[in-house]
Amino acid sequence: MTKKIVQIENVGQSFDTKKGRFVALRDIDLDIHEGESIALIGHSGCGKSTLLNLIAGLTRPSSGVMLCGGREIAGPGPERAVVFQNHSLLPWLTCFDNVYLAVERVFAAKEGKASLKRRTHEALELVGLAHAETKFPHEISGGMKQRVGIARALSMQPRILLMDEPFGALDALTRANLQDELMKILAATKATMVMVTHDVDEAVLLSDRVVMLTNGPAATIGEILEVGIERPRDRLALAHDAHFGECRAAIMEFLYHKQLKRAA
Amino acid sequence: MTAAMIAARPGNMAGTDATEADAGRTAVPIDETGNELPATASAAKVEGGVKEKAGKSASPPAEPLAGRIGEWARAALRTVLPPLAGLALLIGIWHLATFGGGGIPGPGQTWDAAVALFSDPFYIDGPNDQGIGWNVLASLERVGIGFGIAALVGIPAGFLLGRFALLSQMLNPIISLLRPVSPLAWLPIGLLVFQRADPAATWTIFICSIWPMILNTAQGVTRVPQDYLNVARVLNLSEWKVFTRILFPAVLPYMLTGIRLSIGTAWLVIVAAEMLTGGVGIGFWVWDEWNNLKVEHIIIAIFVIGIVGLILEQMLMLVARRFSYENR
Repeated sequence: MTKKIVQIENVGQSFDTKKGRFVALRDIDLDIHEGESIALIGHSGCGKSTLLNLIAGLTRPSSGVMLCGGREIAGPGPERAVVFQNHSLLPWLTCFDNVYLAVERVFAAKEGKASLKRRTHEALELVGLAHAETKFPHEISGGMKQRVGIARALSMQPRILLMDEPFGALDALTRANLQDELMKILAATKATMVMVTHDVDEAVLLSDRVVMLTNGPAATIGEILEVGIERPRDRLALAHDAHFGECRAAIMEFLYHKQLKRAA
Repeated sequence: MTAAMIAARPGNMAGTDATEADAGRTAVPIDETGNELPATASAAKVEGGVKEKAGKSASPPAEPLAGRIGEWARAALRTVLPPLAGLALLIGIWHLATFGGGGIPGPGQTWDAAVALFSDPFYIDGPNDQGIGWNVLASLERVGIGFGIAALVGIPAGFLLGRFALLSQMLNPIISLLRPVSPLAWLPIGLLVFQRADPAATWTIFICSIWPMILNTAQGVTRVPQDYLNVARVLNLSEWKVFTRILFPAVLPYMLTGIRLSIGTAWLVIVAAEMLTGGVGIGFWVWDEWNNLKVEHIIIAIFVIGIVGLILEQMLMLVARRFSYENR
């Protein structure tokens, strides 16, 4: 087995609200291995994003232990880059400057300006946006913005890439396109990825393991599905693949039979 | 038009709701004007512009030159004619109202007085008798100094208030209490502290222009989208970078709204303050001409004050447009 990057042991998360204590997550145990792609799936409101924020260090768990590279996660860090659902680019900076902000933070201590600029350029090239460097976020399409968001995350050379429904706001064709590109990028950079999604196809297509969460409140890991489909994966070929269908069916069974939301 | 603008001003300095509504309202027009004329979009428009030009150079032969000029003239007429008609209506009513004589001079009389007045705007005939140009400049100087100090104090204070909830809880009741007070009520305090009329007038301007800047800046800081702050946290940016790259650009449109409201109020207040303090200044000049019973000069002063206020407002609109950005 390869090295564990993130270890989540017996983690629970609860919030104090006006109505009393609200338990969002309980008893989460999960190890994320180097180079692995994991999809977190579950009904909306089940705490997928909460779990991702915990790994990112944006929030601290109420109980349990979270380790990254053997050290406790005490806050956000450059080794865990986040891609947000709504791209979160700064509208007053060009695409280049948006990425440069991240590069500068991570590498400015050791490298000169030319090297930082080269890294920024490479990150944008990786997502196929070298030509749009000087554009501002409002001048490019939603898909392109999301790519800049991915470039910003990748430019930090993180050990793990955390994605919160990165393609959720995009149309189906753009989404498929970006999924394919993400697979190529992950293969090329051998990056580790955790992605929150509510799209069954996306989960099976992109990940090695699909982590299914039970319904909240007090959600926990219900099942973990090993996808085990050879890479590189081709979406057209997989459309008629029996094993792909089985994986899909297993997740659907979990979501729509075992964890059917009564009043959704 | 200028009268309506001035009449609308006191609402801005009155209740809490007014400024909040103003801030909310003005935040939108900035985006709208930004859409029309985005400074940042110029790079993108270069490409489009080339294509447009190509398209235009292909089309002119089909359209006769005279036709195009006619169309342009018609468009110009459409934008110029209604305001001109409004102005003519105003002057017409003014003329009719003063036709039968009485204390108020008619348009013709005022025009003659204006021509005489503006033929020598920069004369100095002793401390209490100077040209209208000097009076306007003296008022602008007071507004500039008072407003400048208010900006130096108010904008940082607004950032602090927006960033630290405790501070805003401490100071908000005080600000709410003091803001509705007419700045002229502060004039005696200024006279007492500074012992001279001139700094006292500047002090009044300082007081009246500081509130909109504090409140709008603070509101801008609290309205910085959480997404951007999350980016700052995930990228682990230093406090300085958070300020220069995220906080300041995000707050800038709100800040400019505050500045615009402040300048407007300051220009409104200076006239009244100078009436009380005397010296050189457009407000004092109005009062002096009243004492001399030169009513046509008072009417001229009203127009001058309105036009200067309009120019100040438009200049700041231009600045605001330059720094506006589109959110999405």
